[in-house]
Amino acid sequence: MKKSTFRGVAILIFVLVTIVFLIPNIMQQVSPGSTKYLPDFWGNKKLKLGLDLRGGMQILLDVDTSKLPDKEKDQAVKSAIEVIRNRIDQFGVQEPSIQRIGTNRIMVQLPGLKEINRAKDLIGKTALLEFKLVAEGTQAKDVVNAMDVYLSKNIDRYRYLNKYNDKTNNEEKKTGNAATDILKTTKTAADTNRVVLDSLLAADSGHIFSNLVGSGKDTMTIAYEDANLLQTLVQDSLFKQAVPSGFQIAIGKEDKNDPRADRDVYVLYSNAEVTGKYLSNAQTKIGSGYDPKTANKPYISFKFNREGARKFDRLTGDNIKKRLAIVLDGIVYVAPVIQDRISRGEGQITGNFTMEECNDLVIVLRAGNLPAPVSVAEERTVGSTLGTDSIKSGALATGMALVFIIVFMLLYYGLSGLLADFGLIINIGFILAMMSLFQATLTLPGIAGIILTFGMAVDANVLIFERIREELKAGKTVRSAVEAGFHRATVTIWDSNLTTLIAAAVLYQFGTGPIRGFAVTLSIGILGSMFCAIVIVKGIFDNFVTKNNPDKLSV
Amino acid sequence: MRLFENTNVKFIQNRYWAYALSLIVIISGLVSLVVKGGPRWSIDFTGGVSIELNLAPIQSYMPPIHIDNIRKVLKENGVEDAEIQKIGDPNGSVYLIKASKREPQQTQILDILKKAFPDYTRKPEQQLIRLQEEVGPKVGDELKVQAIKAVLISFLLMIIYIWFRFELTFGIAAVLALVHDVLITVGLFSLLNKEISVTIVAALLTIVGFSINDTIVIYDRIREDMKIHRKEPIDVVFNNAINRTLSRTIITSGTVLLSIISLLVFGGTVIRDFGWAMLIGVISGTYSSVLVASPLVVEYYRIRGLKDKDVKSFKKKK
Repeated sequence: MKKSTFRGVAILIFVLVTIVFLIPNIMQQVSPGSTKYLPDFWGNKKLKLGLDLRGGMQILLDVDTSKLPDKEKDQAVKSAIEVIRNRIDQFGVQEPSIQRIGTNRIMVQLPGLKEINRAKDLIGKTALLEFKLVAEGTQAKDVVNAMDVYLSKNIDRYRYLNKYNDKTNNEEKKTGNAATDILKTTKTAADTNRVVLDSLLAADSGHIFSNLVGSGKDTMTIAYEDANLLQTLVQDSLFKQAVPSGFQIAIGKEDKNDPRADRDVYVLYSNAEVTGKYLSNAQTKIGSGYDPKTANKPYISFKFNREGARKFDRLTGDNIKKRLAIVLDGIVYVAPVIQDRISRGEGQITGNFTMEECNDLVIVLRAGNLPAPVSVAEERTVGSTLGTDSIKSGALATGMALVFIIVFMLLYYGLSGLLADFGLIINIGFILAMMSLFQATLTLPGIAGIILTFGMAVDANVLIFERIREELKAGKTVRSAVEAGFHRATVTIWDSNLTTLIAAAVLYQFGTGPIRGFAVTLSIGILGSMFCAIVIVKGIFDNFVTKNNPDKLSV
Repeated sequence: MRLFENTNVKFIQNRYWAYALSLIVIISGLVSLVVKGGPRWSIDFTGGVSIELNLAPIQSYMPPIHIDNIRKVLKENGVEDAEIQKIGDPNGSVYLIKASKREPQQTQILDILKKAFPDYTRKPEQQLIRLQEEVGPKVGDELKVQAIKAVLISFLLMIIYIWFRFELTFGIAAVLALVHDVLITVGLFSLLNKEISVTIVAALLTIVGFSINDTIVIYDRIREDMKIHRKEPIDVVFNNAINRTLSRTIITSGTVLLSIISLLVFGGTVIRDFGWAMLIGVISGTYSSVLVASPLVVEYYRIRGLKDKDVKSFKKKK
């Protein structure tokens, strides 16, 4: 009797826990928001839907800390998380989740996101704002010539530029070689004159770079369809090294209102005079006045802190009538001519902005730049349509599987089958309740896990019933057959389910996100089904058999 | 209702037929794997982009876009290796576009399509984009190692558990049966030209869990019967144990198959390949539990020329 009291208590706790933690979910279903009447520790324990079901974006960022000293690496990732959190907060997404994964990865989850690609741009931007002087006149020409020479020599590496090669391949090779020869002989004599020399040589070699950027006019430009080519080129590490030191080549911003317009190309002094580090504020403003270039167009107004203002004052004072490029993440946004010394530390970034662009820029400028560049290691976005579809089909598949199995068990094992069905339904409740308790996330693979558990959950009962049938056939009485059946089958149930649990645990270790959800549902399902079969169904059987001592059993 | 009552199929006697059948399936899978240069890894592992778009025209009278047009436009814009496929309803407008290599130009598939087909893409992003996945090559490589490691670790843990509860021979035989299931599933996936994604790896581990479950039930019965029928030769004991558990094996596999079939039929496109992997794996797992795992143990005793009384250590264990 003592044993059965203990069992009774266990069953009671099991069922109670199941019911208690199902309640918030049911309330949420019946009338959304009604869980606020429950105390927080209870009402908050609701089943969460994964991004694959409710729609949203999950993005895994790689923080490239390779260029930082070891000491700063950890801090860089931490502050990157802060910066990204700031940006997302200002962008306005509900329930974002930003986590550090491993040493230098950041996982950002944005449920129910509407403007996916905009958010992606916003998060991944390094947002390094720099003010750099534009190199003009002969200096710019020398750089362009140097690039012409470099590209002619190394055209094999940059095959995608072949259409700008104005010499036939053969000729080009010859002159290329000739140029190197001359260079070799004169190198020792006039090392310092190398740039000049190159420009002389360039007259003889191809004009790949000049052709690409349409140089020869006052400003260099690139056709929109080649902008990607140029961007790839200027990011190429060998190309970067080939640019004469102290200079860099940068491309102008795309005009979102006129994406087919040519884009400017600049030669800049690579030293940043002032950076965004000194910004104290940034705002979107709308231009006023009659100048059609600025009137009613959004622009960014920014303000430096004291130190920044001082630096900016000196920079503008020393370089009047020169052009100053405002560079964000290597792209030149605007390069106005410095008309006057600016000492109040305020400035504007104008350009062909859309309102949206302007707002996003303000967000990244305010939140500060990332301490190290980030790249998207992995991105998964599920639109809300697909999410809703998945919920619908998941629910349908769950329902159908349930009906199939319930009917089958009933047909095959009669009344005993009904007990197994009862156990199965309690088990589903238990899975959902446990997931709510741990605030686990229900994902599509998780639903698949639940469906599979149906099949596996009845297994414990099948083992028991088959054994009871066997014992009955061997001529035992109902009572001892039930006893022996449960006893023997229990050992098997433990052995077989523990190994399955091992597999689920490995799965949990291996997976992230949805896969973990799957491993969790599978494990809870296995544990729940063991309890249902070994304790609950057995309890009912025992009570029925000991009380009535029947001579027939529907199994 | 009763099925498979008092069966007495000669599993152990006919085990060579079973081995042959398994080998045929495994070898044809392996041939396909070798010819195709390994499994068809999804972008989860290779890195790349995959986008599922709803390209229904914004005005209902407009004709739908032809798949070749999409291909042409992408090619013109430098996305050479795009793989385009229509999803779901053949009259619908949902397309799945995949590009494996990540050239700088190729991340912009959406931008290219937006420029080329404004009448089909000018709608809220939430309606346009159903699924967008992008995986960097580094993550993919790491994941491949992790996936293979996960499967191997699960094997190792199974061997240890069974060694502890039964005997090492049983553990090794059980794991050989698991290798059999994984090879068959991966091989058939290669034959069917289906991709191995992270979800499929999850399916493989689930199959491992399911198949070992079946095997253990039979082993358990063997252990029990061995204690009772000490005098009988091993293969008779084994064969009887398999037959006695046959009904349970088939009923359980049956209920799991019912679940999988409803997942396949009603579960939607996203989870379908998972369903196929499970279907293949569960059938193979059931087969291997009955016809590979236990017969292999018998094989071992035969080869070692051990007499039945040599299995003492096993008989002693509970």
